[in-house]
Amino acid sequence: MTATSKSPWIIHYDGSSCNGCDIEVLAALTPLYDVERFGIVNTGNPKHADVLLVTGGVNAQNLPVVQQIYEQMIEPKVVVACGICACTGGIFRECYNILGGTDQAIPVDVYAPGCAVRPEAIIDAVVQGLGILEAKRAAMRRGEDPEAATKTMKVKDGVVEMTNWDDPDDPGTPARFPEASSAMLPTYFQPGAQAASPEIAAAVATMRGGE
Amino acid sequence: MPITSTPLTIVAFIASIIAAPLVGGLLVGLDRIITARMQGRVGPPVLQPFYDIGKLLAKERVTVSSSQDVYVAMYLVFIVIATGLFFCGGNFLLVILLVTLASLFLVTAAFNSRSPFAEVGASREALQVMAYEPMLLLTAAGFYLVYGTFDVGSIVSYASLMSTPAIYFLPLNFIGFVYVLTIKLRKSPFDLSTSEHAHQELVKGVTTEFSGPTLAFFEIAHWFETVLFLGWVGLFLTWGGLVGTVVAILLVLLVYFFEIWVDNNFARVKWQIVLKSAWLVALVLGGVNLGALYLKLLFM
Repeated sequence: MTATSKSPWIIHYDGSSCNGCDIEVLAALTPLYDVERFGIVNTGNPKHADVLLVTGGVNAQNLPVVQQIYEQMIEPKVVVACGICACTGGIFRECYNILGGTDQAIPVDVYAPGCAVRPEAIIDAVVQGLGILEAKRAAMRRGEDPEAATKTMKVKDGVVEMTNWDDPDDPGTPARFPEASSAMLPTYFQPGAQAASPEIAAAVATMRGGE
Repeated sequence: MPITSTPLTIVAFIASIIAAPLVGGLLVGLDRIITARMQGRVGPPVLQPFYDIGKLLAKERVTVSSSQDVYVAMYLVFIVIATGLFFCGGNFLLVILLVTLASLFLVTAAFNSRSPFAEVGASREALQVMAYEPMLLLTAAGFYLVYGTFDVGSIVSYASLMSTPAIYFLPLNFIGFVYVLTIKLRKSPFDLSTSEHAHQELVKGVTTEFSGPTLAFFEIAHWFETVLFLGWVGLFLTWGGLVGTVVAILLVLLVYFFEIWVDNNFARVKWQIVLKSAWLVALVLGGVNLGALYLKLLFM
């Protein structure tokens, strides 16, 4: 563990969120959760940030905004999609103006589902993202492209469960989602993992009901 | 007792340059923990500022314009020289001029990016220099009136000869100095130019366009500034010898705690208030103290 994962500075961008997830992101910064314990600081500046937290789906208007924030961030960087709308488009998915989750605009490293996503899940997702941040830093030290080097980590696995929420008769659905590994998912979402709280366990059970 | 360049002076210069960032980083780490406790939080580890610097140095080198990085490097270099000069007992007036020059390099670096946020931050930084400069110069004048020298080494020697700290002669000057110290430590209510806490109107003020290693140099320069200015506070309080030094260090830490308390209890003010109040403090406290010293010199 190097200094890179001991000092993740975040920037938070609200796509077309209903503000539920935004409140939870800010809740993670309150004294109750106190993410500064892990060196996490909420910077308002993409040039200082290491972790981009996106809430809400991507629509035609905010697509270039998300992309510009991502481009302004300096490698190594990690993107966390916070809440189900940022993961897949959520309940707004079928809206005429919604393009889908954050991954329709920029590469996403960690998916933190939930409606609204709980502060524990956000913290968990950021801590998971630190592993990817370290991998990207190591790739940079080897002189490789950090984004290309960590791409192989995204093997088709755990996130498939999320696509099950959609209409199974929709043939176009799975193609719209990126490949992702269960390693990218928050720990409570991984097979056989212990949930952080009974509420999350219940939520995950509901999500997996379709299996 | 003029200070001459002996091997010991050079050793003190180098030792202070090495020790200042370590002490400064620890002080900033303590600041973050104390701030967190005041807000009912646990806070980061005490070494957190060092992790931040390690992270920033490992980031990709991206810059808006390469001359910006040169200006930031110059800001660091002049602050380092000023700190070394102060702690090896050099000329107080020269230290003030070096600090001002360093700040102007920072202002130039921020203007250099042409970013609207950095530009507003830069003009505010220039304004802050204007606000604290009179008090610094009156402080130097006060030390000269009392001891007849600008040499830090000689001031400490005279203070230990008299077994009396400088604050005995310069109490109002000291209060004024602590007032402008809040500006220099970039603490609320006077953190106009860097916008220390996120999501304010200026994004990150002067540092908005600094990223990766450049931001790391800025942070390290701020550690040097913190140590240098707390050293000035110590110059008011020490009367030489072991006891005098230890008591001065404890009192300096108390002053630093007071600054953290102020930081956490006051909302930021407008620039007009910063400028007017800082000049008023300099004029009233500094002026009255100097006047009293002058009368004492005339009649006693």
